[in-house]
Amino acid sequence: MPRRQSKPTDDAQPADGPIQFLSPEGILGPDSRLELPPAIDLLALYRDMALVRRLDSEAIALQRQGELGLWPSLRGQEAAQVGAAYALAEQDMVFPTYREHGVAWCRGLDPVSLLGLFRGSTLGGWNPYERRFGLYTLVIGAQTLHAVGYAMGLVRDDVIGSGDGTRDTAVLVFLGDGALSEGETNEAFLWAAAQNLPVVFFCQNNQWAISAPYSVQSRVPVAQRAAGFGFPGVSVDGNDVLACLAATREALTRARSGGGPTLIEAVTYRINAHTTADDATRYRPSAETDEWTAKDPLERLRLHLTASGEGVVDEEYFADIERREQELAERLRAGCRALPPPDDASSFENTYTDMPVELRRQLAEHSQYLAAGQEIGAVR
Amino acid sequence: MSISMVKALNNGLRKALQDDPKVLLMGEDIGRLGGVFRVTDGLQKEFGSLRVIDTPLGEAGIVGSAIGLAMRGYRPVCEIQFDGFVYPAVNQIISQLAKLRHRSGGVITLPVVIRIPFGGGIGSIEHHSESPEVYFAHTAGLKVVTCSNPQDAYDMIRQAVDDDDPVIFLEPKRHYWTKGEVTDRTPAPFARARVLRDGTDATLIAYGPMVPAALEAAEAAAEEGRSVEVIDLRSLSPLDLDTVRKSVHRTGRALVTHEASLSHGFGAELAARIQQEEFHFLEAPVLRITGYDTPYPPSRLESDWLPGVDRILDALDHSLSY
Repeated sequence: MPRRQSKPTDDAQPADGPIQFLSPEGILGPDSRLELPPAIDLLALYRDMALVRRLDSEAIALQRQGELGLWPSLRGQEAAQVGAAYALAEQDMVFPTYREHGVAWCRGLDPVSLLGLFRGSTLGGWNPYERRFGLYTLVIGAQTLHAVGYAMGLVRDDVIGSGDGTRDTAVLVFLGDGALSEGETNEAFLWAAAQNLPVVFFCQNNQWAISAPYSVQSRVPVAQRAAGFGFPGVSVDGNDVLACLAATREALTRARSGGGPTLIEAVTYRINAHTTADDATRYRPSAETDEWTAKDPLERLRLHLTASGEGVVDEEYFADIERREQELAERLRAGCRALPPPDDASSFENTYTDMPVELRRQLAEHSQYLAAGQEIGAVR
Repeated sequence: MSISMVKALNNGLRKALQDDPKVLLMGEDIGRLGGVFRVTDGLQKEFGSLRVIDTPLGEAGIVGSAIGLAMRGYRPVCEIQFDGFVYPAVNQIISQLAKLRHRSGGVITLPVVIRIPFGGGIGSIEHHSESPEVYFAHTAGLKVVTCSNPQDAYDMIRQAVDDDDPVIFLEPKRHYWTKGEVTDRTPAPFARARVLRDGTDATLIAYGPMVPAALEAAEAAAEEGRSVEVIDLRSLSPLDLDTVRKSVHRTGRALVTHEASLSHGFGAELAARIQQEEFHFLEAPVLRITGYDTPYPPSRLESDWLPGVDRILDALDHSLSY
């Protein structure tokens, strides 16, 4: 039973496009629909977006070198992810898809741990409770329901609506435009609405679910769909890190205070193919990619920082970022190759809390088989 | 005290709710209605709607949100209203619930119970009489158990709630109203098979809804001078092979009976195991007495479709003829 039921607010779907503060030309302006929070650290935002982009391009290089089996690139979505992540409180819980490398970075995860799943050395790679960042979810939409359940737990733990900023907790769950077509996502929406749960659905509408454009998924814009479930939907420029940060901060604040769920649509674009195994030239015109490249999230903030006359950025700032990028790249390369191969026994040990007798027998048989192979190898 | 299996489950769930404030019940119509079979009767009134949760109608949502609740430290017990309605939740059960512990290197513990009324024999319409046990027993990371009498129902539901792994808890709905003695004694070990009747000529293995039929068949066989040992498996995964093996070792004959279809069924697993490990002691091939390889029939045919005492006795004759 919802105890802090609030009236669903009016649908915030803009009359004239997604909410935007920072134009592609780097010009900062107000948007009447949303207030820009004070004291935003623009330099930190730019630095993290740049580092996340480097993380991504380095991982692609590692895939090309055969070090990773696959990599889903986030290029073009840095503002959406870094902006959303900057709105999180430490105690908030995140449920990602498989492309939220930028959120993971901002959450403080060791970036090398992101590579394990794609290298085949692990199926997870990190402790989801340590940084309150769930494991990547490859089945589309499944994590939206886990987020809803976690939010139900928050209600039962009575950690919403107290007004204490270090105590009140919300859930931020990421999904893509394709996930909106899954039944489970729609179940998650209606559960969250009916129980007024402290969960924010952050949809990165990157326009393409592999080769299917958004028009295949829906006849209405993403944000409009929230109204049908009875909670606010808001559309923001997903390449504007400030709009993403402001909208997510507002939604999370409302969720923590007991105001219920929000659906945020970050209108963005997947510059690269779906994954390194995908060929986007088969379904996407290059002119479209060029058009979106001109709206690049990093470039617009760089333009703002250098051309706005704020006088906060000098050459040393960018040189420092360049140095950090190099360090990160080296760390990723070395870390990737040093990732330990999975332990043969761990698969058996981690299936149940107590290994059943039959599994114990199979592990013994398998270990014996492996040991025999090593002996034969030694003889040769 | 003699009570029905429904009442035994109800008492077991009440005890679980009393013992641990982290235990939650969730499902469709389990609150004010008390569930369509009344297994949760009165529990919402007693424990409130935050602990006995009437969910929206969505099986994936029930299991998916139970996963999130478990990650937050709760111990959800989900009710799926009927066996045939569990399939919309299969993605969450098989791809998420069963695998998250393994994927996380043992960090994520999911003490989630999914209760499913299962099996036929109650004259119901389609999708209300299915036997989906093997889908779950085939999935690593899940435990699959089923009770056959009120005492086991009372003990096993509490053991399932206490277990830190996901448990698929199958309730044989045609025996929901069967009464039996239930006491608060020390329960038999969880996931262990039990010999319900000793015998020397053949071993008859059953679980859940087929257990009473197996006992009846053994009784009838005894009148014909044949001594049949009856084993109630109680747990399909993990499988207590020791109890089965010891029995077959002595009797030299094994028969398996279940309501689910024959091919690729649980009887196949048992037959394979028994021949693999007790081959030299077998006097006859392992025989299976099961449902047929068709969808569950219209209920007016179910009494012929379901394996019963006569088919078990025929199979016993066949086994003894070797």
